[in-house]
Amino acid sequence: MSLTDLGRAPRTAAPAPPPAPPPSRSRRRPWRERSAPYAFVSPFFVVFAIFGLFPLLFTFWVSLHDWSLLGGERPFVGFANYRELAADGVFWNAMANTLGIFVLATVPQLVVATVLAQVLNTSLRAMTFWRMSVLVPTVTSVAAVGIIFSLMFARDFGLVNWLTSLVGVDAISWQDHRWSAWVAVSAMVDWRWTGYNTLILLAALQAVPRELYEAARMDGAGAWRQFWSITVPMLRPTIVFVTVVATIGGVQLFTEPLLFNAGSNDLAGGTTGQSQTVAMYLVQQAFTGQRFGYAATVAWVLFGVIALVSAVNVLLLRRIRSAE
Amino acid sequence: MARSKARWASAAVALTVAVGLAGCGGSGGAGEGDDDVTLRVSTFGTFGYDAAYRQFEKDHPGVTVVESAEGDLGKYGTQLTQRIAAGNGAGDVVAIEEGQIVGFLQAPDKFVNFQDHGSQDRQDQWLDWKYAQATTGDGKTTIGLGTDVGGLAMCYRRDLFEKAGLPTDREEVAALWPTWEDYVATGKTFQEGIGDDDTAFLDAATNTYNSILMQGADETYFDRDGELVIESNPAVKDAWDTAVGISEAGLSARLKAFSNEWNAGFKNGAFATIACPAWMTGYIKDQAGEANAGNWDIATVPGGAGSWGGSFLAVPAQGDHQEMAIELAEYLSGPDGQLSAFEEVGNLPSNPALYERPELESATNPYFNDAPIGQLFVAGAEALDPVYLGAKNQPVRDAVENAMRSVEGGQREPAAGWKQAVKAAEQAAR
Repeated sequence: MSLTDLGRAPRTAAPAPPPAPPPSRSRRRPWRERSAPYAFVSPFFVVFAIFGLFPLLFTFWVSLHDWSLLGGERPFVGFANYRELAADGVFWNAMANTLGIFVLATVPQLVVATVLAQVLNTSLRAMTFWRMSVLVPTVTSVAAVGIIFSLMFARDFGLVNWLTSLVGVDAISWQDHRWSAWVAVSAMVDWRWTGYNTLILLAALQAVPRELYEAARMDGAGAWRQFWSITVPMLRPTIVFVTVVATIGGVQLFTEPLLFNAGSNDLAGGTTGQSQTVAMYLVQQAFTGQRFGYAATVAWVLFGVIALVSAVNVLLLRRIRSAE
Repeated sequence: MARSKARWASAAVALTVAVGLAGCGGSGGAGEGDDDVTLRVSTFGTFGYDAAYRQFEKDHPGVTVVESAEGDLGKYGTQLTQRIAAGNGAGDVVAIEEGQIVGFLQAPDKFVNFQDHGSQDRQDQWLDWKYAQATTGDGKTTIGLGTDVGGLAMCYRRDLFEKAGLPTDREEVAALWPTWEDYVATGKTFQEGIGDDDTAFLDAATNTYNSILMQGADETYFDRDGELVIESNPAVKDAWDTAVGISEAGLSARLKAFSNEWNAGFKNGAFATIACPAWMTGYIKDQAGEANAGNWDIATVPGGAGSWGGSFLAVPAQGDHQEMAIELAEYLSGPDGQLSAFEEVGNLPSNPALYERPELESATNPYFNDAPIGQLFVAGAEALDPVYLGAKNQPVRDAVENAMRSVEGGQREPAAGWKQAVKAAEQAAR
């Protein structure tokens, strides 16, 4: 996941050229001196151009062709792939799964992360222990997470079915129904990423000046009022960041549903595609189907969806009153 | 001072770019003498070539063979496809699994054509269907030399058969199911006898379906012109109906192959029979564990013939040491290499001349009640006729099997499942 890249991007771009000196002086300064700041920031842009921009544009070029991965003819087909995709039921099923799992996973995840961060920000006994332990799921190997969860949600010998059988519910075949597959995959996502978001929110919480809370208490604000009127507005930039990162990760969701469907034909995401995400469909088209052009089309549409969902999220979050 | 800063900055940029470009560079043969060659062999799983490599190195002074093995076949296949497509990074000799070779046959120019190196004259080194699998439809290019074949037999649980009142001796068990109809009938008897919902007769109808299809067909989903013939080819529908019949009779444990639950099923006795190729015996032993030693046995498969899995060695055209790589591939896939691999890890040779050798004829497996594995799996492999598979066989097969799983799981009625199979196959064939 490109979490680190994303975190780095704005920071590297920020220290752009220093404030422009008066024109008269700048004419006297040698070219090399003026270009130095650009040279300093250029490594990021050079690397981005090679590994970010070029693949992006090349993928678009591929999506306009009937491109078989291994070779043969690669005729130009214009937007035929996009037209086919618009009418592709399997793709839209995958899109519905992706957005459904995204909402089902992200909303509880961010709510729980915010509350957890708040709890961890109070003076607890063995504070470092608690703070570090929320990060344990994030550093756990994702393959191990997949195996443990698919065994927990197994039909015949699974832990979850054993628990539900205690209250008289029949064994559920978790992979076979859409709702149950969504719930299981969301549980996996939440287990892995809630701790990570908690720590980011905790860091932001600690930057909130104590005086604001003191002043609020003097004015008689309760804990709930303090949370809504101080904490949430002060956290707004961080919440936006966390939400955008969760959106990018959620819309590209791949590993967790793949491991949930481990075994032969895992990319199909279940017998009727109950938990096939768009990213799984993309890989299936590219490597099983050998249709690289079509897979590139899926990638571009996915890119558009991420941009769209992120924009919607940012617009919604704008409604939170800012601290400024 | 400012000047030197700028100079440092340009230096840093230059360095970054240089490092980036170096990272993209290929594999230089640094540190090698003129005659010294290092051959890289890419495999997945276990091929059992260690002894064969050492022998090859002894026969060719100055040659070093290095193997990189990837455990997961799916991951290996994706990586290999990327490297072949990119024209860089693949090994000098690469292993290709049976299911993936049809995909690579779409791009025969990316591999050395073994027919230019006399493979046609040595064709009888391989079972005829094995050689045909790695040859293009027009018969002019052969990109892979056969290594092992799966063969096919039926593994069964003696203890569960006894509990259900069925015979346990492998000769008597084989006599129960000369055909798949008999197999279904035996299954019904078993299910009545065992009287237990947690124990099914077989793991999944889907896993058996492909074995049935490969027995009865000359072509499967595609004809030799590359047209999708899933609807007009009776062999596909027959195999589908037989497999769905197994599931409808309630004989299937409905476990997807290689899923964690399937793995657990071996240990927990969730099913009593499973169609098993030679390589599966090691898998069963690992999954079922020592506690089940002697509970498993092996009989012949209904319909008499079959194979599941097996591989080829190919030499990518991008390699630097092609001549030596071809020699290595020929040696490993030749009689000595195949026998050495059989002795090391039990992979069944695809060379019919080896089947008479005492090493194979007398081979038994103590975990499976001393079953004569050599004879059993050879019988399955030898009786199989060549089957033509189209370039898009794998995606179509995946689509059809998934439709069958939806019938097994009860998400679709059999008729609707077949309709979905045809529809999904048409989409996957594009």
